[in-house]
Amino acid sequence: MIGNTLLLALREIRRNVMRSILTILGIVIGVAAVIIMVTIGGGATVQVKQQIASMGSNLLMVTPGKRMGPGQSSGNIPFKQSDAEAIAREVGSLQSVSPVSSKSVKAIFGNQNWSTQVTGTDNSYIMATNRSIKSGRQFTDSEARSGAAVCIVGETVVKKLFGGQDALGEKIRLENISCEIIAILMGKGQSSMGTDQDDIVVIPLSTFQRRFAGNQDVSMIQISVQDGVSTEKVQKDIEQLLRVRRHISPSDDDNFNVMDMKEIASMLTGTTQMMTALLSAVAAVSLLVGGIGIMNIMLVSVTERTREIGIRLAIGAFEHEVLLQFLVEAVVLSSFGGLIGIVIALVTSVWLAGILGVPFVFNAGIVLVAFLFSAAVGVIFGYFPALKAARLDPIEALRHE
Amino acid sequence: MTASNQTGAQPLIELQGITKVYGTGQAAMHALCGVDLCINEGEFIAVMGPSGSGKSTCMNILGCLDTSSAGSYKFKNIEVNRLSRNQRTRLRRFYLGFVFQGFNLLSRTTALENVELPLIYRGTPARKRHTQALRALETVGLKGWESHTPAELSGGQQQRVAIARAVVTEPEILFADEPTGNLDSARSHEIMDLLTGLNRDRGVTVVMVTHEPDMAAYANRIVHFLDGLVASDKANGKDTL
Repeated sequence: MIGNTLLLALREIRRNVMRSILTILGIVIGVAAVIIMVTIGGGATVQVKQQIASMGSNLLMVTPGKRMGPGQSSGNIPFKQSDAEAIAREVGSLQSVSPVSSKSVKAIFGNQNWSTQVTGTDNSYIMATNRSIKSGRQFTDSEARSGAAVCIVGETVVKKLFGGQDALGEKIRLENISCEIIAILMGKGQSSMGTDQDDIVVIPLSTFQRRFAGNQDVSMIQISVQDGVSTEKVQKDIEQLLRVRRHISPSDDDNFNVMDMKEIASMLTGTTQMMTALLSAVAAVSLLVGGIGIMNIMLVSVTERTREIGIRLAIGAFEHEVLLQFLVEAVVLSSFGGLIGIVIALVTSVWLAGILGVPFVFNAGIVLVAFLFSAAVGVIFGYFPALKAARLDPIEALRHE
Repeated sequence: MTASNQTGAQPLIELQGITKVYGTGQAAMHALCGVDLCINEGEFIAVMGPSGSGKSTCMNILGCLDTSSAGSYKFKNIEVNRLSRNQRTRLRRFYLGFVFQGFNLLSRTTALENVELPLIYRGTPARKRHTQALRALETVGLKGWESHTPAELSGGQQQRVAIARAVVTEPEILFADEPTGNLDSARSHEIMDLLTGLNRDRGVTVVMVTHEPDMAAYANRIVHFLDGLVASDKANGKDTL
């Protein structure tokens, strides 16, 4: 019987192509709008997450000095390499601990010069900041210990000093020391804060301390936490350890600061997700309006087809068959509208994602939900007109002009 | 003077004291005031009478489209007044056929699909439905017109499609409500020949409402209605009198 009802409904839709198109237009637009919003919003969220991940979302930065407030530099006791070693030794769930000191230095090669950031650290820093070596090698242990004049440079530095030529093995001048380039880093592009992450020269920490700083200080300790481990707990452990090492009495505030990249990350993704939810809600309203459109047209259609309904009833159609036919018509129409909407949405999303520079993320869930919702719209908004049709008195209906 | 028992056949329909009242109290209007009527299998009955005489109301009750206010209506010994709306629908679906004055075909639907419609409701399988509908269209002389829509057919042809739709289910009885009312006389006679043929060759019982004595003349029994009552009921002159 369902097959027959479907047949009758399909014949009816085919009989009125124009009316059918107008009926489903609202659903098409509603479904398309919802899917486009969610897809583009999802893409934007993924993009933000990617940017943060490229910074290293599991990164903790330990810096001396109290959190915030201007003029807080007084009495900031810098870290030593031993602090980094103690953290690595005593705090669990860490991937790497890199002591970092950096300074803005003018790098010179031939008659080219470029002001860049020289960072004294160890091999683990490269991994911890999600960088990788494109060509060349890491620092050897003896280089790291002896403070050898070797460096690993970022793409921007290579471009500025060598103009695209092979820089590996060349020597550049940093302040008054001549430094051999032993590796070139893979390009990372801009950070989400807009700084050029490839404008960097990495040298062993001991080299930095001896030849640039002239002391044993470490200006920052960069820590990367193992995946899946709560950074909050690690943060607390580090704070506790450093308080002991720096002899801070319980009544005093920390004179160092442990910063969590995840805080920034969740804030940024939260904003995009909120925007997506808002825009989707607006789009969902248009889907609702589309549903009311279907009800409207179906009601008009019942009045217009009163005679036809009378014929069907007189010929021997049961009330529930007429009801089912109108209901199936509404559902077929609305799900067909949903399908068209999905196709339009996917095409538009791919196109928009390209224009906005956002990755296209196919969200099967929302496509399914949108389709089911459009079918549900057909049932809900088709039921009342269908009931009205089925309850008609056949004699009255046949007399209707 | 009734002709009901002259063939000696089993009565198909028995009406006893059928009344129909529209409205209530002061505004009550009596459309039928106690109609007794007996219809045998194989008869061809013409129902005549002026407008408002109750003949259409009686047809609607006979056709199970309407219910009577009081009285007894037995179809094949089943008391129709006690049936539910769905049971009456079942009766229409399996035993009754309808032909209307205004043809009442589905517009923008081919002749074939129109004729198939009652078979769809009967749940006839697609292939059988198709052959039966084609045969019915051939019976009414519309072979080759299957894929035309009502708008592309003349009035006479449309009424033939309607007749094909009514007889495709091989009903026990065919109700025709002024089937020639919208047609010119040549077309009318064609339709009457068709109905007579169905009655004679297939034994389909036909009850036809008409205004025109010319058309009533085709029937073998003529019932006159007046003021909600059967005024006269006699065999057609060509057989008796």
